[in-house]
Amino acid sequence: MTVRVYVPGDAGATSVGADETARAIGEEAARRGAKIEVVRNGSRGAYWLEPLVEVATAAGRIGYGPVTPADVPALFAADFLEGGKHPLLLGPPDKLPWFAGQQRLTFERVGIVDPASVRDYVQHGGYQGLTRALSMTGAQVVQAITTSGLRGRGGAAFPTGIKWKTVLDQVSAQKYVTCNADEGDSGTFSDRMLMEGDPFTLIEGMTIAGIAVGATQGYIYLRAEYPHAHRALKTAIAAAYQAHYLGPDVAGSGKRFDLEVRLGAGAYICGEETSMLESLEGRRGEVRVRPPLPAIKGLFGQPTIVNNVVTLASVPWIMVHGAEAYATFGTGKSRGTLPIQLAGNIRRGGLVERAFGLSLRELLYDYGGGSASGRPIRAVQVGGPLGAYVPASQFDTAVDYEALGGIGALLGHGGIVVFDDTVDMARMARYAMEFCAIESCGKCTPCRIGSTRGVEVIDRILAGTDAERNVQLLEQLCDTMVQGSLCGLGGMAPFPVQSALRHFREDFRARTRQ
Amino acid sequence: MQTGLYKASQRPRTYTGSLIMQTLNPGDTATVRRIVSELKGRPGPLLEVLHAVQDALGYVPAAAVPLVADGLNLSRAEVHGVVSFYHFFRESPAGKHTISLCQAEACQSRGAEALADHARRRLGVDFHGTTADGRFTLEPIYCLGNCACSPAAMIDGRLHGRVTPERFDALIADEAQRP
Repeated sequence: MTVRVYVPGDAGATSVGADETARAIGEEAARRGAKIEVVRNGSRGAYWLEPLVEVATAAGRIGYGPVTPADVPALFAADFLEGGKHPLLLGPPDKLPWFAGQQRLTFERVGIVDPASVRDYVQHGGYQGLTRALSMTGAQVVQAITTSGLRGRGGAAFPTGIKWKTVLDQVSAQKYVTCNADEGDSGTFSDRMLMEGDPFTLIEGMTIAGIAVGATQGYIYLRAEYPHAHRALKTAIAAAYQAHYLGPDVAGSGKRFDLEVRLGAGAYICGEETSMLESLEGRRGEVRVRPPLPAIKGLFGQPTIVNNVVTLASVPWIMVHGAEAYATFGTGKSRGTLPIQLAGNIRRGGLVERAFGLSLRELLYDYGGGSASGRPIRAVQVGGPLGAYVPASQFDTAVDYEALGGIGALLGHGGIVVFDDTVDMARMARYAMEFCAIESCGKCTPCRIGSTRGVEVIDRILAGTDAERNVQLLEQLCDTMVQGSLCGLGGMAPFPVQSALRHFREDFRARTRQ
Repeated sequence: MQTGLYKASQRPRTYTGSLIMQTLNPGDTATVRRIVSELKGRPGPLLEVLHAVQDALGYVPAAAVPLVADGLNLSRAEVHGVVSFYHFFRESPAGKHTISLCQAEACQSRGAEALADHARRRLGVDFHGTTADGRFTLEPIYCLGNCACSPAAMIDGRLHGRVTPERFDALIADEAQRP
């Protein structure tokens, strides 16, 4: 009998040796005459255990990890193909404490299915959401998304149903569904994991969106830094066409939906929706002035849905289980679940999908196990390079849009970057300004010039030149950028600076340069 | 290398300066023309065209800009404006291997700056530089999405995680051995 062995093909897993492990398992099996089939699944998101190898046994899937090529002969000797005992044995992965407490809705299949196989997807409940959506009117589908309380997971947290309703209400010969897969925030990788581990969920979500609002063409705008995700999406889209889940007759409905991937070219600003549209049209990714909203005049001037990967990938679950079921998760105006990404200096980094409302402390210590360096955690940056730094005294804050907003922070795309007590917060503040200067599209002055001046002012503070006055100047500059910038890049880049000044003022002292 | 009449395998390793004097050899000209004619019917094709040109030639030569502009009915300024806007498009050839070191926060929290210093010393070049032997180009990159395995690096499209200075040296040695 052929035994299925799962070795993640996820970029993060391969970055720590999963390809070599997969090859070693294949070679050792051949040497021993063991019949196996190696499946390159996605990662379950427990990155400290990668490469996490799983074997499909009679008793279910049994995990071992982290498995290096050198461990492979001993694993075979220990009968790992039948779940045998070995120091790397983890047992059933979903029983690990890390997973047991998670509420995996959007990520229910990531790490489980073969991301290249439509059949495997369908066997795990895939395309049931589309079937449901096809039995409803577009307005009913849009209403369901509104009722679910789903808000944009890219960071802006705009109610998805309202956006869809606006597109639905437009009369136009051509409408578009675009997926923002320009996941540029440091500390975030949920889009990447989903596209690599369960791309059909995104494809299905986009198809449902297209059919609901009457859009026949979809584009996934993918960042160029994600070549693995690019391959996974292209493979999955080709397979979906082959199985008639994309094309002129989606699932025999007589409705058309076409989908392609477009690559970005290394511009952080293209994660902003209007500059993403500019880029999709083949131009410099400069921000557009709103109004008009993209939902009214978007891609090529037509009504366009712009949603993040996780937003669209949450749609199939909502269609299958119902809007009310989704809305039972979460708290206040933050409904449903969020795939939270634990990153940076953290012992157990990875992806935790949970309903909104758990505290930063639970994430950092219960899931994350504290810092990787073993030193005290001094600060976390939540929500990417434009997100505030949160000090340890505020770790009891709940992870939801409103609670984080209440302490002057933001949730963004759900990435949490952890720093221990060796971090120099003035340097991090300087980096925020520097990053903004590198990535500014240049269209508005507060962002283009302000960020460069910000770096200079911080340099003067650190050099001890008129420190008091320059700190005041920095505060005023931040205020100008927040109030006067055209989009979130210049408008939010001051957040990490302001929060560093607020919580870690002692770091803004003059120092001698090395 | 002002004439530009060289075979693909002999393409210069360093930027040669004059934009006006550069011309493409007949093979590369044909390649750019073919790419443009294949893709020009697609909606908003410029980025697609530039990606294809860079995939084929390793960079977007200044001399390709008028060909692309002409084929897509755009001005040369528009095409140049797009090439220069996006960090990913190169206007000069890279070394044989491109090493991108992530410099974003999650990698900084795990020693990305020290790693970058090590890489600069080890290769003898700064960011955006190419080693004298033309083997390696060193680039900064802002997030590879490998933030739970930081610091991260990408070498020729292959992602590497938890890159210590020692691991960096081993990776370089591996790449240097590849044909």
